[in-house]
Amino acid sequence: MTRTILKTRDLSVRFGGVTAVDQVSIEARENELVGLIGPNGAGKTTLFNLLTGVYKPTNGEVSIFSNDKLININQLSPYKRSQLGIARTFQNIRLFKSRTVLENVLIAMTAKNKSYSLQAILRTPSFYKNEEKRQQQAMALLDIFGMTNVADELADNLSYGQQRRLEIVRALATKPAILFLDEPAAGMNPQETKELTDLIKQIQVQFKMTIILIEHDMNLVMAVSERLYVLEYGKVLATGTPIEIQNNPAVIKAYLGEEG
Amino acid sequence: MDKTHIKYTLSWATLALMIFILIFVMTIFNIIGPYGMTTIVLIGINLIAAVGLNLVIGMSGQFSLGHAGFMAIGAYATALIATAIPTVFGFVISLLIGATLSGIVALIVGIPTLRLRGDYLAIATLGVAEIIRILIMNLKITRGPAGIFAIPSFVNWQVVFGLSVLTIIVVVNLVRSTTGRAIIAVRDNEIAAESLGINTTKYKVIAFVIGAMLAALAGGLRASFIQSVSPQDYSFMQSITILIIVVLGGIGSISGTVITAVALGILDVVLQSFGSLRMVIYALILIIVMLFRPQGLLGTFEFSLKTMLFSSGGDNDKDHSKNA
Repeated sequence: MTRTILKTRDLSVRFGGVTAVDQVSIEARENELVGLIGPNGAGKTTLFNLLTGVYKPTNGEVSIFSNDKLININQLSPYKRSQLGIARTFQNIRLFKSRTVLENVLIAMTAKNKSYSLQAILRTPSFYKNEEKRQQQAMALLDIFGMTNVADELADNLSYGQQRRLEIVRALATKPAILFLDEPAAGMNPQETKELTDLIKQIQVQFKMTIILIEHDMNLVMAVSERLYVLEYGKVLATGTPIEIQNNPAVIKAYLGEEG
Repeated sequence: MDKTHIKYTLSWATLALMIFILIFVMTIFNIIGPYGMTTIVLIGINLIAAVGLNLVIGMSGQFSLGHAGFMAIGAYATALIATAIPTVFGFVISLLIGATLSGIVALIVGIPTLRLRGDYLAIATLGVAEIIRILIMNLKITRGPAGIFAIPSFVNWQVVFGLSVLTIIVVVNLVRSTTGRAIIAVRDNEIAAESLGINTTKYKVIAFVIGAMLAALAGGLRASFIQSVSPQDYSFMQSITILIIVVLGGIGSISGTVITAVALGILDVVLQSFGSLRMVIYALILIIVMLFRPQGLLGTFEFSLKTMLFSSGGDNDKDHSKNA
């Protein structure tokens, strides 16, 4: 049995009178691909924001497996969670638009590569050595995803599909243990979605990480997920394999409404 | 790979040396008189302060309205220490102490305000600059509103030129490094930067502290050059003077700041002959530039000798040449 790498217990958050996420207890195992689906407004992105530290929970706790034990990360800010191995992409793309593709990846490597400002200001030989090493690492990563030919383009000038792809590459540059993908196929055409499906599978195999995926495109989510959680009104409605979920009456009711 | 860096560094050094020699020759042939000399020194001082401010406003995206306050710290540090120890050593020490003090104040203001997202720094720095000014007005050691006179002068145009070049080197090298990329990342998208493990507060504070220290350096140089300091020299208007240079040159463009600092300095001299119309023309020029170039003269464009000199045969210095 592989070990649990992410676990929440009774996780809730309230905004005024609205309980956006209500006593959610989920878990994800090492190298598992977990899908998170649910109707609009079910609290999927809010749950992501709780897990990545953008929001602090009203109740409950989030733990991740780090240094051979499960540790509670409730109080940690997003950048500390990232340093513990959590990476994410955003529903609305958040690239560093004024920077090149290569720089976007280099920025993501900041926390994992110690550097000294004084060396940079004095331009010591070790600065050039480190800089070259980092650039090679970044280019190697871009190469895996076939993006070396656009490395010097501004991120803003990429096509929509490539911007989404760059966001994933950038998240991977932080060398995460868990990758959260928030609607990666949103706005993509069928061809791009198909490429994305392959990309997600490739990442899971090649980088050996846990991936948690929010997605409305059912073809994609059913094709890649090993296990699914269905959220409705902030609560976990059902969990199981894609086949089980597709035949779950409660899920069908939530998506299609009751038979008249 | 290494050769390109050396070529690149050398060409910048040559450019700086050429400008230095040009000014030097012009002083020998009396093309630049004593008045021109003063202008060059004041341009250099404004340039140092403005490059520092552009690091804060342009690179880290935080709006600071209190640059005069940090300049005042540097100016008074030099005024007091260089008067007490009237040697070059005393002057250098006074600049260092001024910059350190200014950096500490920036740290105290920056850490709580830069944790927040939004324009809180503008309000905080506005208040801090005013607090510094009022403290100076009321403290005995700073001699109140009258200020301090007869400060020994250690500043000539060569010193200011050298320090201006040094300031540009420090800021440009910092911007083009891991730290600089992180600072710009926070400006471009704070939420994304944080999700990638970047301590956003830390990088905003780094930019702000360096900006404040450069302001203090400019203040110290100015105190020793004019040989007097008074609180009204460092009012809100002084902050605005520096801010104008940054905004006009292009927020985020160090080249723009340098060009604008020089251009406005020269403009000031040209407009002298217009008498009281001077401020009207000056204001009109600012308005016209903002109407037609709201992003500033250079926007975020930076001059690069690398592309200007080496681009034709320089494709081989990048392994990943573009296919497009």
